[in-house]
Amino acid sequence: MAGRYKSSLKWSDVTPKADWMNRRQWLAAAGATAFSIGAVPAMASLGAKSSRYSTDETPNTFEDITSYNNFYEFGTGKEDPKRNAGALVTDPWAIVIDGMVDKPGTYDLADVLNGMTLEERIYRFRCVEAWSSVVPWVGFELKDLLDRVGVQPGAKYVAFETAVQPENMIGVQRGVLDFPYVEGLTINEAMHPLTILSNGVYDEPMPNQKGAPIRLVVPWKYGFKSIKSIVRISLTANQPPTSWNKANAREYGFFSNVNPERSHPRWSQETERRIGGGLFAKRVPTLKFNGYGDEVASLYAGMDLIQNF
Amino acid sequence: MTLSRRINRSLGKVPVWLVYLVGVLPPVWLFYLGVVGQLGVEPIKALEHKLGELGLQMLIVVLAVSPLREVTGVNLMKFRRALGLICFYYILCHLLVWLILDVGILSQIWGDIVKRPYITIGMVGFALMIPLAITSNNLSVRKMGGAAWRRLHKLTYAAAILGAVHYVMVAKGFQIEPLVYLGLILGLLAFRLPRPKLAQFS
Repeated sequence: MAGRYKSSLKWSDVTPKADWMNRRQWLAAAGATAFSIGAVPAMASLGAKSSRYSTDETPNTFEDITSYNNFYEFGTGKEDPKRNAGALVTDPWAIVIDGMVDKPGTYDLADVLNGMTLEERIYRFRCVEAWSSVVPWVGFELKDLLDRVGVQPGAKYVAFETAVQPENMIGVQRGVLDFPYVEGLTINEAMHPLTILSNGVYDEPMPNQKGAPIRLVVPWKYGFKSIKSIVRISLTANQPPTSWNKANAREYGFFSNVNPERSHPRWSQETERRIGGGLFAKRVPTLKFNGYGDEVASLYAGMDLIQNF
Repeated sequence: MTLSRRINRSLGKVPVWLVYLVGVLPPVWLFYLGVVGQLGVEPIKALEHKLGELGLQMLIVVLAVSPLREVTGVNLMKFRRALGLICFYYILCHLLVWLILDVGILSQIWGDIVKRPYITIGMVGFALMIPLAITSNNLSVRKMGGAAWRRLHKLTYAAAILGAVHYVMVAKGFQIEPLVYLGLILGLLAFRLPRPKLAQFS
């Protein structure tokens, strides 16, 4: 026993296991922050106000939510958007607002944002592929914009369209989907206070791979409904076509509300895995309407959500 | 000396155990990368997909052995059993990652196998490979007799097609890569179809 090394460290000095396990995440986040500050010194904070609609769940890191995305205009791999979306030209940017509105026109992005109160909305976000994240979006309610342009009485739906920049979009060149990507909501879904147009995450301007400069976020629906890089918003009387429904109507319906009871033909929707949890992360149960049932279930009163998936 | 004979002579010096050794490493390495956080923010899916692709790539290599010999004279027959077993090992790792790390919920695993055609097809393909792996030894060849053994091992063709179809069915939208795998596998199988003998001048 003589000469055995004695440490003066006590158990109280040990780094808590959770912190130790997360050290890489912390380093990665610190690295990402340092990088973004270094690379884009002028990046301004958007100054978003907090919102009562935010979840108190811990958001995924900036690295998590910007490294694993579906944005088929930039490739089908989850890492492709981060790699390829740098080519997206986001300035100048205008949105055509047309159809059944009082003030149709081509609005510059600055005019759209002018006068809007930006809020931070920390939402759960569930991909149809059974993975999920928690994202601190920055944006304003779509209703505020629709009210400003004046929705006419006969309008029942809102149609959205993503930019097409073929020379900048490798997925468009390859014809992975029928581009432009289009999406749609009922007017009641569009007017719901949870439905936002988002121009940032983590209080910074929207990264290209996440749908810069402005995108839709509808937290109780599968992620593909939250259309990115919007250039057109049309108010219509009839249900507009939606991209994944056009590509595969058996698998993707118009509503696409998160629903563990209605499985995708190719996989179960009963569970999901939060990204960023490492190699041993377990699946967790998926919640109906992604946990936003108290706020939105009334929109679908009396509707068969298995039929209307 | 022709190029193919020179290649064959060099290959003759490569011990088979070296192929096993090198073949065993990639899944171990990928798992290690996953553990230390180098496989991205969704390492389970990354590991699962990379192992599945490795399995398909090795299937293509195995299927290419005899056409390669026929067309170029390069002879990899000595390594074919090792390549086949390594292929089985990759697919087994792919399956284990899906079972344990990805789904990990018994009821959901069973539901997926029964209800999801692409998983059913993948499982059938794997099941077909089990007797092939078990009989990949000299004792089995002797016991079964060469003809019966060769007939059994034609199951490789079915397993390869099922594996490629499994990959094609996983894809969302129109994707090239799974179709390239399917095309290569079908091409290598077509090579084995009986061909009409060309008239020869003698």
